[in-house]
Amino acid sequence: MSKKKEYLKLFTKGLVLENPVLRLVLGTCPTLAVTTSALNGVGMGLAATFVLVGSGAVVSLLRNIIPSKVRIPAYITIIAGFVTVVQMLVKAFLPAIDSALGIFLPLIVVNCIILARAEMFAAKNPVIPSILDGLGMGIGFTATLTLMGMIRELIGAGSLFGLPITSSFIDPMVIMLLPPGGFFVFGILVALSNALAENFGKSKVSGTGCENCSACGGCPMSESKPEEVENTKSVTAENTKEQAEEEKQKKEDKTNE
Amino acid sequence: MQKLNVLSSPHISHNDTTGGIMLDVILALLPATICSFFFYGFRAIVLVAATVASAVASEYLWCQATKKASSLKDLSAVVTGLLLALNLPPDLPVWMAVLGGAIAIVIIKQMFGGLGHNFANPAMTARIVLMISFPTAMTTFTVPFTDTVSSATPLAELSSGTPDLIQLFLGYHAGCMGETSAALLLVGGVYLIIRRVITPTIPLSFILSAGIFAAILGVHPVATILTGGIMLGSIYMATDYATSPPTFLGQIIFGVGCGIITVIIRVFGNLPEGVSFGILIMNILTPQITKLTSPKPFSLEGKK
Repeated sequence: MSKKKEYLKLFTKGLVLENPVLRLVLGTCPTLAVTTSALNGVGMGLAATFVLVGSGAVVSLLRNIIPSKVRIPAYITIIAGFVTVVQMLVKAFLPAIDSALGIFLPLIVVNCIILARAEMFAAKNPVIPSILDGLGMGIGFTATLTLMGMIRELIGAGSLFGLPITSSFIDPMVIMLLPPGGFFVFGILVALSNALAENFGKSKVSGTGCENCSACGGCPMSESKPEEVENTKSVTAENTKEQAEEEKQKKEDKTNE
Repeated sequence: MQKLNVLSSPHISHNDTTGGIMLDVILALLPATICSFFFYGFRAIVLVAATVASAVASEYLWCQATKKASSLKDLSAVVTGLLLALNLPPDLPVWMAVLGGAIAIVIIKQMFGGLGHNFANPAMTARIVLMISFPTAMTTFTVPFTDTVSSATPLAELSSGTPDLIQLFLGYHAGCMGETSAALLLVGGVYLIIRRVITPTIPLSFILSAGIFAAILGVHPVATILTGGIMLGSIYMATDYATSPPTFLGQIIFGVGCGIITVIIRVFGNLPEGVSFGILIMNILTPQITKLTSPKPFSLEGKK
């Protein structure tokens, strides 16, 4: 695979196949808490993206210097630095978003997406892939939060990005702005993205073979042990191939009956 | 020569089917439903039709979309729709009722695996969703035979004085469509107990504990039992098989828990009615209650 393609894959995997919220189920707390409106979702997502990219780059640069025993405090310090920058910028230029996000803006420090990407990816890869990974993950995070915010705002308040749409003729469902509504939307989106990724993975396996297999794309374990990635990839690819064949046979049996 | 058939258990079978049980529940609810038609007229018929149609249609569409065998024949969607309708105020906009039916079936029942896998009673949880979403529409009640909007149900008057108990028992007061007539709900409950569809454990412990606890807190105990959704909830919704414990002791804990939470919410909470929340909380605790009260196999008693 050429380098460009590899970079593109690093960037795009965070959007759907390894979407941090819906596929890796990371960062659930801010996701459920701030998505009561589309604008909050965008704000939170962009702030987290900035921190992801910045901390990914710095962690990657320092990956050979930081002793592994103290790596987590070191990562947190780096992340906290970027969060402080974001928080001061948002406070200065977007005070409305700052008051809407409240405590969840400084809490980006302990957002598990950022620490997970630092630990799993940036600590083991050069700078450019780490930046691309952070950018992809961040945009995936932003897109998901915006989508959730749009759904909840449209049904719960009858507006989109603050503009009234349906509120004049339909009573909005207030529950969508409350925690239960957040869980409803979150659960349904996770189910949909799982179904999508499953279909996507299957067609890829039968279509182009092992190289483009995305079966283990959603599994964070595959990145924690880089030297084993190739093996697990081929094994899962074979497994899914076998499964697909078995299913085909079952279907044929059924039609024969 | 006799033939030896080797079969795995269960060896004793019964003729009860899910559809048969659900049909019994529908029959038991009919008096209260017809009474609501009588009290509230055409709008009650429209609401019942809307929720039942919406529940059945959602069930059918879900089965089609997920390529499952259609589960319409077990009539559970009809029961859910009917129960939901009886839990709604008669003047609710029809689209909200339709939405409630769809929420009950799709989100609360089918997404958790369908009949028998739902963690909470679908009709009751859908009522809670509607209650939180549209608080004004869900608490606007009308007096039977009139169009007069009465903001105060007997439940709200409980704190100020004692309402007429006989009127409460017969159902001539404002409230949700099926909540009004305690007498007819009791008739249906007795029918279900005689048909052995439900055991009286949960309803009795629910109703008694609510009455006793209300008396302790200084609220009129009989009026507490006869108002609001205690009759409907305890007989028809707390006894849902999938969401209540199967053991005798577990059912008593379940019923008492429902009763106490209901009265606590009514007396101290800022919501007018606590039955649905009481049942929902106990629904969620059901696996734990079942685990605690399950009989231990012989020879394992006393061991951990």
